[in-house]
Formats: sequence, structure tokens, C-alpha cells
Amino acid sequence: MKYLWRLLPFTFILLIVGCGQQNLSALDPQGPVADMQFSLIRLSLYIMIFVIVVVFALYLIVLFKFRERPGDTHIPKQVHGNKALEVIWTTIPIILLLILAIPNVMATFELAEIDDSEGAITIRAHAHLFWWEFEYPDHDIIAGQEMYIPTNTRINIELESSDVIHAFWVPALAGKQDNVPGITNTMWLEAPNEGVYLGKCAELCGPAHWQMDFKVIAVDPDTFETWAANMAEVPYEEGEITEYAVEGRAIFEANCLSCHAIGNEGGNFGPNLTNFGERTVYAGYMEATDENLENFIRDPQEWKPGNNMPAFSDMPQEDMDALIEYLKSLKVLD
Amino acid sequence: MADQTVNQHTLPPNPEKATLEGRNKFLGFWFFLGGETVLFASLFGTYLGLRGGVVSGPGPDDLFHLPLVFIMTMILLTSSLTSVFAIISMKRGNYKGLLVWMWVTVALGLAFLGLEIYEFYEYYHYGLGFTTSAFASSFYTLVGTHGAHVAFGIGWIVTLLIRYRKTGLTLTNAPKFYVAVLYWHFIDVVWVFIFSVVYLMGYGG
Amino acid sequence: MSNAKAQSKSVLWDWLTTVDHKKIGIMYLVAGAFFFALGGLEAILMRIQLMFPEFSFVPAQTFNELLTMHGTTMIFLAAMPLLFGFMNYIVPLQIGARDVAFPFLNALGFWLFLFGGILLNVSWFVGGAPDAGWTAYVPLSSESPGTGVDYYVLGLQVSGAGTLIGGINFLVTIINMRAPGMSMMRMPLFTWSTFVASMLILFAFPALTIGLLLLMLERIFGATYFAVDFGGNVIIWQHLFWIFGHPEVYILILPAFGIFSEILSAFSKKRLFGYSAMVFATLIIGFLGFMVWAHHMFTVGMGPVANSIFAVATMAIAVPTGIKIFNWLLTLWGGRIQFTTANLFALAFIPSFTMGGVTGVMLATSAANYQFHDTYFVVAHFHYVIIGGVVLGLFAGAYYWWPRIFGYKLDETLGKWFFWLFLIGFHLTFFVQHFLGLIGMPRRVASYLGGQGLDTMNFISTIGAFLMGIAFIIFVVSIFTSMKNKVTDADPWGNGRTLEWTMPIPTPEYNFAQTPLVRDVDALWYEKYEGDGKMKAAEPLGDIHMPNGSILPFIMSLGLFISSFGFIYYHEGFLWLAILGLVINFGAMFVRSIKEDHGYHIPKEEVIKGGK
Repeated sequence: MKYLWRLLPFTFILLIVGCGQQNLSALDPQGPVADMQFSLIRLSLYIMIFVIVVVFALYLIVLFKFRERPGDTHIPKQVHGNKALEVIWTTIPIILLLILAIPNVMATFELAEIDDSEGAITIRAHAHLFWWEFEYPDHDIIAGQEMYIPTNTRINIELESSDVIHAFWVPALAGKQDNVPGITNTMWLEAPNEGVYLGKCAELCGPAHWQMDFKVIAVDPDTFETWAANMAEVPYEEGEITEYAVEGRAIFEANCLSCHAIGNEGGNFGPNLTNFGERTVYAGYMEATDENLENFIRDPQEWKPGNNMPAFSDMPQEDMDALIEYLKSLKVLD
Repeated sequence: MADQTVNQHTLPPNPEKATLEGRNKFLGFWFFLGGETVLFASLFGTYLGLRGGVVSGPGPDDLFHLPLVFIMTMILLTSSLTSVFAIISMKRGNYKGLLVWMWVTVALGLAFLGLEIYEFYEYYHYGLGFTTSAFASSFYTLVGTHGAHVAFGIGWIVTLLIRYRKTGLTLTNAPKFYVAVLYWHFIDVVWVFIFSVVYLMGYGG
Repeated sequence: MSNAKAQSKSVLWDWLTTVDHKKIGIMYLVAGAFFFALGGLEAILMRIQLMFPEFSFVPAQTFNELLTMHGTTMIFLAAMPLLFGFMNYIVPLQIGARDVAFPFLNALGFWLFLFGGILLNVSWFVGGAPDAGWTAYVPLSSESPGTGVDYYVLGLQVSGAGTLIGGINFLVTIINMRAPGMSMMRMPLFTWSTFVASMLILFAFPALTIGLLLLMLERIFGATYFAVDFGGNVIIWQHLFWIFGHPEVYILILPAFGIFSEILSAFSKKRLFGYSAMVFATLIIGFLGFMVWAHHMFTVGMGPVANSIFAVATMAIAVPTGIKIFNWLLTLWGGRIQFTTANLFALAFIPSFTMGGVTGVMLATSAANYQFHDTYFVVAHFHYVIIGGVVLGLFAGAYYWWPRIFGYKLDETLGKWFFWLFLIGFHLTFFVQHFLGLIGMPRRVASYLGGQGLDTMNFISTIGAFLMGIAFIIFVVSIFTSMKNKVTDADPWGNGRTLEWTMPIPTPEYNFAQTPLVRDVDALWYEKYEGDGKMKAAEPLGDIHMPNGSILPFIMSLGLFISSFGFIYYHEGFLWLAILGLVINFGAMFVRSIKEDHGYHIPKEEVIKGGK
């Protein structure tokens, strides 16, 4: 125990500095919201380390100074208490807490503010078992799993859910808010730098809760506009893609389109797949390989238990290959 | 504590609190009522949160008719009064008076319960099933839990009345009657809140 | 029924029908320890699953069942019953009472808890345990397929009724049954904290009762409180749950605080520093415990005003808690500290709990909470307070009171092995979890992806969990190997301060041959140094009145147990079973109501013989 405690401060520093991935860690904020939260975390941590140091110091003194020595049988003085000490250790914590409480209240209000002035974008983040739908009302488009945002733009997010409670969390950009069925919650975030930020569902929502990851992809505003414009279209008229992929498209239309939209066509029971070819992971968490994709299509329950996609276990191999070829060709940013 | 029937002239002035067992029962029952208060407060909170959730079913405006509920309120308030008379009889050593007033209380309680069942039956035929809407579920749960308390109270008091019909007042049964009456007052108070929060607010607001 | 007749019954019958607070206390301890081991096993299975990224030791569904049952079991079936065990055994002794206020209800409370706990665990064998977390948030819980959540609802309803009854019993016992001279402000801190915790039980559990009732009606009878399409609202459940759930945390920690106060004082041979401040702080914590429930809900969208209020209220709790920490330190200051295993656990509590306390204040910072909430940071925090507070308290109390309860001392050498392994394992498991949360690991995940910086710390955490498991096995072994260390002295530690160290071991059925007269806080210590070392008697020797045992508490609980199955399988046509169970329950209540039971007397001669 003693050794462990002696190591604690070092471990602290080591872990804070050295751990965590830049696009995932709340300790390495990449935007103003996470920054504000990180500064509160640091403030509270400093105050608390002060408290811990005081308590531990007193504690160690007591342990060493007042341990029973062999042969010592004296009866200690039975002290009742000490008014002055009581006052001191009541007042000082109150002061410390005020130092923390005031900036916290200010931050709480600032984070709840919805500023939809010129240039701000609203995105409706709609959670499903176990995937994310991102609706851009201003652009009239819907994206699945990947939330593209322009850099240096205030993004107001409206959170909704169509089944159970989920929570939208992108640690590097902003703390979480819950997606509650029947209620619309709001939050905002901003990303000064281009990059891919990892997002996770933070509220237990079923067996595949841990696989309900998503990405926030910050791109420069021009690229974002291109992306948004292309997302609204059904990409590739006849002749723009390989014959093989055209075959796949027919299979897609027969089997998948009723749930998965491409552009503005198709249902939205499943994620929108307009830019599927640009995904770096499949189903929110799998490495983007043909094998994983086929496995998932043939038996979704095996890879994401409890999700609502039917299995296509009997799809003939040549159809499957064509379908995969088509899906991989779906790109909007080239 | 003493098994034999104590001569009524030797009973202390407050027989319900004369023994340690009686005092324990008395205090414990007050605590129990404290817990019951939180129980009903939770149901009231739930009802207040959900009373707007009418969806396509009938709402408070379509259902409640105050005259009936007013009569029910009066009946229950009167039954509280008769139970007070019963305790006054007990303190005066008039055991017969205690029994008679308790029977009157039971009768009034039964009348109340009958009207409540009639009320629910009416609402049901008006299209307000238990599962119709969140309002319906929370209404039936709140008022129904109260009704269940009334029914339990009636069963309890009747058991006491039959068990002790011939024994006279003892140090054992005095606290039993006393806490039963305490319970009866409590469900009466809860009803006053139901009357105000559910019916008056539903009707007026 | 005469005493002789009662003794002629078999041992099993004796335990099934006992209304003796000491035997009920022991039954709470045994049952609680069993569920503690079960909950621990569930934890180990989860830690194995999380040892490596994308590991497939248990399927995700099973993992969700494990996490639900681990939490539910540890809170409702292990921590609380174990505390109830000590409260039952020790509190009447500490206040100089022969029994509790309601011996019959006391037994009923125990059997309800046990049957509720068994009911909950039956779910494992009949189609899956509950899987919606111990918080059972709707609509995940209200729409969870299968019967798992039904078992959760009814199991907790039955055991919760037992807890409520137990709470009322302690309240009345402490108010009405104190020995002459034992004013409220002379009560030992463990009794005080039991009193406040019982208050919390009384006012918190009914909210859970209603929450569970609503969830049951929704799942089984189609009610629509939580169905959004029918005008329902899913946040109501969270309010009801946390109005219960937050005070629940204090129901657990306050009695543990009481245990530490007793032990630190006893093994430093010093009076508790700032007794009245300690009592006052306990009351304040209990009161504030009801004002802060929504700090579990900062992210559900209550708005900045509510979030700020609950944040500040929560921070306020740090003040009385800090007062306690410093009072304990000053109790040790100037003392002569003895490092027995009991005291080691108590001493280890101070730094461990401080670390849990400070992360509590961090969590109360609402704006920063958006980052902490529902991550491993929270997991680390509440394990620091629950293990660093409650579990260390339970082990400290076990070592301290073991000779009083079981008549022998636990082996100190094994005890120290147990202590160090457990403490190191505990910090190893949970310290790193703070950082796991901050760098992006949500709680309640069945697995995690590799290459996100989470692997090493998860591995360390699992190793720590193994150490805690090994430590607990050492403890269990030492229970059996220590049996030879028999004690008979009334005060086996030699530094007892309070009344539970004044009667012979084993404790006589009637506790005190003569009700003691209490002349100060730490009544026994006062007599040792200001009197002749023996308690003054407040009454002459005489016949002692004892309550009769009864099988009815067992039958009433069994009735509710049977009835629960009827409700769970209502849609399979088992309504009759539900009714049958209720008939058994109410029938037993009816019998109890009409049959007057005046107990029996132990004659004076037997009391004198027993004292020798």
C-alpha cells in the first residue's frame, strides 16, 4: 500500500500525458466544448489533489507517530473535540467548493445555450438499435454512421431516439447528452481542425451497445458543401460504374433498398449508404474488408446481436460479390 | 403482556400506549405511514407527469363528474369522523361504543369502495381502459392503489372486530384498534389529496 | 409455549422460526456472504471478458446479464444484508436492549430478503437473467424480451419489502428500547448511523416500490406509463429510481462510517473526536442525500438551471463528509494505534474513501460530468466509495465483531494476507479505470476495440480483480482454520468501549441478565476508568420475558415467493399461482393477527445459572 501511494502522483502525470488517443480522449480536447470541459476537469482535479495531499499527509503522520510501541500501555487522553478545528475544516472545504461551483455553473449555462446565428449548422442525430442517423435539415440530406461537419463552424445537434435511450459522445469534441425517445435534447460542438473523431454510444442500449460507434469527420467548409450536395443525389448514372457493379445495384434494389437509402431514394430503417464506399469501418466497428462485409450481410446477428437487419445467408456467392462491388463503389467525395 | 382481560376500571387512561409493545406499535406505525406518504407522493408525481398523456383516449374533462366524487369524499370523511368516535368510546372505556362505531366506519368504507368500483366501471365503458393511454394507466394506478388501501383497511378492521367481539378492551387489543384507526385517517387524508389533485385540478385546470 | 418445549424442536426448525435478533443477524451475514461471493464471481467473469480487446469469453447478451446481476446482487443482496446482519446483532447490544422492538417483523424482513434474492437468481436457470443494468432504465427494461426483467422487478419488490420492514424495526428499537441513561447523544456511532440509514430506508424505498410496481404493470399488464406512443414518459422512471437510488448509497455508506468510528476509536484507545459533530454530520448527509438524486441525470436534458442546482447541492455533501474524515484522523491523533486486521481495514478506508469522495465532487461538476457520465470514470468512482467505504467497513466489522458473534477470533496472520492482497487488488482494479473513462471507454460495454489505447489498463484492471478474488478465498479459508481460537472473555480485544462487550460469550439469549445503567458515551470504557470496570445494573435480577418463535414469517415470505412466479408467468396462464401465493401470504397474516402471542419467561434461576 505504501509503495503504491508513493507511486500515485507519478502514475497520475504519466497517465494524463501519455494515454489515450488524440481522436478519442477527453484529456486531449480538440474543440472549444471539450476544452471548456477539460479545463473544469483540471480545476477540479487540482483542488482535489490538494485535498488528497492534506489528508494523506495527516494520515501518514498519524500512522507513524501514534502507532503502538511494544511495551507501551499508557492510556491516551480522552479528547472530546475542538471547536476551532471543527470550524476550520468546515470553512475551508466550503471555500474550495465555491471555487469549483462558480465556474461550473457558468459553464453549464454556456453549454446549454443554443446559438443558431448565421453560419451555424443544425444536425439531427437520431439513434437507433445500434446505429446512428444524421439528418441535415438545412441540406435536406441524411447520412448514416458518419457525421461530416465543416471545420470552425458551430454545429447545433438535436438528439433523438426511435427506440431505447442512447447517448451521443465524442470525447475529443464534446461531452455527452442522451438520446431519449419522445424528447429532443440539444447540444453543440465545434471542430477547429480537420480530422476523424471517434464517437460512442454511452448509454446501455442492448447487446451490441459496445459496437454502436460512429465517427465525426471534420472537413474544410468547401469539401463539406461538395459532400452535402453529392449526398442528395443518387450517384452514378448508368455507364459511370462497372458492369459488375450495375449487376450489384440490381441486387441492392431488390434486397436492400427498402431499408437502406441511396441518396434520396429508399427507406430509412437502416443506415443511409450513399457514401458507403468511403467508410473505413463497417457496421460501426469492423475492419473494412470484403470478408467482414459478406459475413455481416449473411448473418448480422452474429456480428451485432440484437440489431434489426434480416440475415441474407442464402444469397448466391456471385450475387454477394456483385453487391459488395457495388457497395464499395458508392462514393461522394472523389 | 397480560393475557387476561383487564377489568375496564383498572385500565390506564391511554390503554393503547400503556405497554412497551403498544408504544412500539404506535411509533412503528407512524413510521410506516411516513413511508406510505412517500409511496403516494411517488404515485402523485407520476400522475402529474403523465396526466397530459391522453393521446386519442378520453381525458379528465370528458370523464370526471364531480357530484359523484363529492359524495365519495363526504362518505370517506364521515367514516374518519366515526372512527374518531370509536376511539373516544375506547378512551371512555365504552367497549360496545367502540365496536359499534367501528362497524359504522366499515360500512361507510364499503359504500365508498362500491362507488369507486362503479366509477371505474363507468370510465371503462367510456373508453378509458387501463392500457388506453399514459393518463389512464397513471390515473387507475393512483386511485386504484388508494382503493386497495381502503379494501385492506376494511379487511383489517373487520378481522379485529370479529376477533375481539367478546373479549372487552385489553392492553393487547387497544393498540390494535388505535393503529387501525390511524391507518384509516391516513387513507382519508390521501383521498383529500386525490380529490384536489386529480379531480379538482382535472376539472378546473 | 414453554421454554422447554421450544428447546425440544430440531435445530433446523429453530432457525426457521427464530425471532432472536442475534440468530437473524447471523442468518443475514451468512446469506449476505453467499450473495457477495456470487456477485464477486460475476465481476470476475466480466473482468475476464474485458481482459483483452474483442475477447469472446462470454457473449454480449450474457455480459449484460452479468453486469445487471452483479450490481443488483452486490447492492441489494450482499452489502445491505451484511450491514443488516451487523445491525441486527450489534445495535440491541449497544443500546442495552434485550431484543428489537418487533422480533416477529424482524424475522419477516429477513425471510422476505432471502426469498427475494433467491427469486432474482432463479432467473439464471429459466431463460436468462435481467439485462438492463441494475438501474433498469426504461424503455430498455420495459421492452426487454424474456422474463429476466420480470424476475428483477419481483425479486427486488419482495426483498425491498423486507428491507423496509427492517428499517422501521431499527427506528423503533433505537427510539424506544434504549437502556436507562442511554440518551440519544450517548449512543455509539454505529447505532446512530443505523438510525439515520433506517430513516433513509423508510423514505427512499417506497419510491423504488412504486417504480417497480409501474414497471411490473407495464411489462405484465400492458400499462403505458413509459410508452412514448401512448403519451408516456421515460424519464419518470429515472426520477423514481434515483429518488430511491441516491439515498441508497448513503444507506450503505453511513453504517460503514459507524463501523469505522467504533473500530478506530477502540484500537487507538481514544474517545471519538468530535462526537456531536460526527452525529450532526451523519444527519446532514442523510438529509442532503434526498436533495441530490438528479445528479445521476445531468445528461438527460433537465436544463442548466436544474443541473446547476443539483450540482451545487451535491458538492455540499462533501462538507459533512470532510468533517468526518478529519474527525477520524483526529481520533487517531495522540492515540496508541494497534494494527489488528480489523483496524487495518478501518485505517485503509480513510485514504481509499477520500479518493472516492474527491472523484464524487468531480462528478458533481455538471459541465464536466458530460464527459464523465456513463464512462469507466463513474465505475471507478462508485467502486472507490462502495469497496473503499462499504466493503472495507464490512471486513473491518467482521474481524472486530467476529468473537462476539461466533465465539472465536479470526486468524490475524491470514487476516493480514487477506487485507494486503485485497487492498492492492482493489486499487489495481479501479485506479486505472478513472483514466479508461477519460480516454474514451463507456461503461457497460461488453467489449472494446483494440488499438484505442484501452488494452493495457483493462489488463491491469483484470489482474487486480483476480487478486481480490484470491484474497477473498483466503478469508473464507481463515473462517474455517480459525475455529480453534475460542474466546470466552466478554471483552476479547481488551479495549471495548461500548455495551456489546459487557456480556459473556456466547451471548445469552436475553443479552443482559440485568439491564445496564449507562453513565456516559462509551459506557463500558467509562466504567473501566471511572467505575469498577463493570456496568451498573438498572434493575434487580428477575424473570426475563422473551418472544416466542414463529414459522409464520417464513410462510408469509414463501407465499409472496410463489405468488411472484404466478405474476412472471401470468401470460402462460399462471394467474392462479399468483392468487394462491397471495392467499398463503394473507392467510398467514390473518393467523398472526387473530392469534395472540404473549411470549414466555425465562425464570430468574436460569438467568443466574447462565451468568455463571
